[in-house]
Amino acid sequence: MPQIAQLADTYSSQIFWLLVFFGLVFFIVGRGMVPKVMDTVSMRDKQISDDLSAAEAARNEANAQEEAWRKRENENRAQAHALVHDAKTKAAHETEQKLAAAQEKIDARLAEAEARIEAARADAASEIQSVASDAAQDIVMRLTGMQIAKDNASAAVKKAMIHG
Amino acid sequence: MAAEQAKIDPMHQFSIEPLFGSHNWELGGYNIAFTNSALWMGIAAFALWLFVFGGMKRQLVPGRWQMAVESFTGFVDDMLEANIGKAGRKYVPYVFSLFMFILFANLLGLFPLGIVGVHPFTFTSHFTVTGILALISFSIVLVVGFAKHGFHFFSLFIPHGTPVVMMPLIFFVELASFMVRPFSLALRLFVAMMAGHLLLEVLSSFVIAGFNGGLGTSIIVVIPTFLLMIAICALEILVAGIQAYVFALLTSLYINDAENLH
Repeated sequence: MPQIAQLADTYSSQIFWLLVFFGLVFFIVGRGMVPKVMDTVSMRDKQISDDLSAAEAARNEANAQEEAWRKRENENRAQAHALVHDAKTKAAHETEQKLAAAQEKIDARLAEAEARIEAARADAASEIQSVASDAAQDIVMRLTGMQIAKDNASAAVKKAMIHG
Repeated sequence: MAAEQAKIDPMHQFSIEPLFGSHNWELGGYNIAFTNSALWMGIAAFALWLFVFGGMKRQLVPGRWQMAVESFTGFVDDMLEANIGKAGRKYVPYVFSLFMFILFANLLGLFPLGIVGVHPFTFTSHFTVTGILALISFSIVLVVGFAKHGFHFFSLFIPHGTPVVMMPLIFFVELASFMVRPFSLALRLFVAMMAGHLLLEVLSSFVIAGFNGGLGTSIIVVIPTFLLMIAICALEILVAGIQAYVFALLTSLYINDAENLH
């Protein structure tokens, strides 16, 4: 077993060179390079977590914006609805009023026309009566040669017309 | 030829040989020959440096290589955070170095470089190496424990709710189990690596000997052994990772004791 057989001859060289090379590894690699590698890793981790939190914040912001927009949109829609509704009721109201006014006018004209017709009819009737009484006077005078009073004639005519 | 075959020594792969005529190098009276073991420590260190260097582009969106390096640092970081808590962060450089150095050593030792005539040396199969690594971890535990808690650190050896009469006995039992830690840490890795390489070497000697023995033995011995070797190679890759992980995990658990007592 060379590990034991050569122990006396080689232990000092083994120890010496191990300390030299392990020391080099420790000071150059372990102390010099490993912290830099770990710095890189922690820098990356930091950047990733920063980016993640920034993305998170941006998403929250976007959500808030969307919420606000939705709210505004709903308000606008409600306003528009109210506006349309108002306009509709107003228009309906106005139409009603206009219709009522027109109806009134028409009614008035109708009534007036009816009155005129009535008056015309009464005129005509009285005309007919007077014409008839004249005619009756005339007829009586032609037939009998008797002059009759106008009043008598018209009374007779009236009587005849009523019974007529 | 036959004599050479008979002398397949599965332990030979663990022998240390000075390279480049450096067997007389000395420092303060101690031999510091640049051996094959030291060479592969250097190769493992360089490969690890290269691996981490490839992941240093510091891109926001990592490439595959950077992703691989970051997953290893993240793995060690997570392990320390899970076992020690926030205070575990400052041990990442040490535990990462330890874990990756052992992992690279184990994996490099499994490289099939014998095909091109190079013998990869698994220096984690030497308890001098694993022992030093374990001692470093153990010293960190001691230094951190005493620096942070002073003599209160000894309360680690008396679990909560121990009856007063039992305290002295429990103290010594806990102290013994504490002192055994560096040995178990070192021996576990050393034994696992050595056993795996030994097994592969023995099985491959079966393959070679069976192949030379003729057609009959080739079919009966070589094919099943070779299939077994393939399976064991896969298992050894797993063991290489697991042993590095266990070493790092236990180190972090021991550091947790020092940081937080319990």
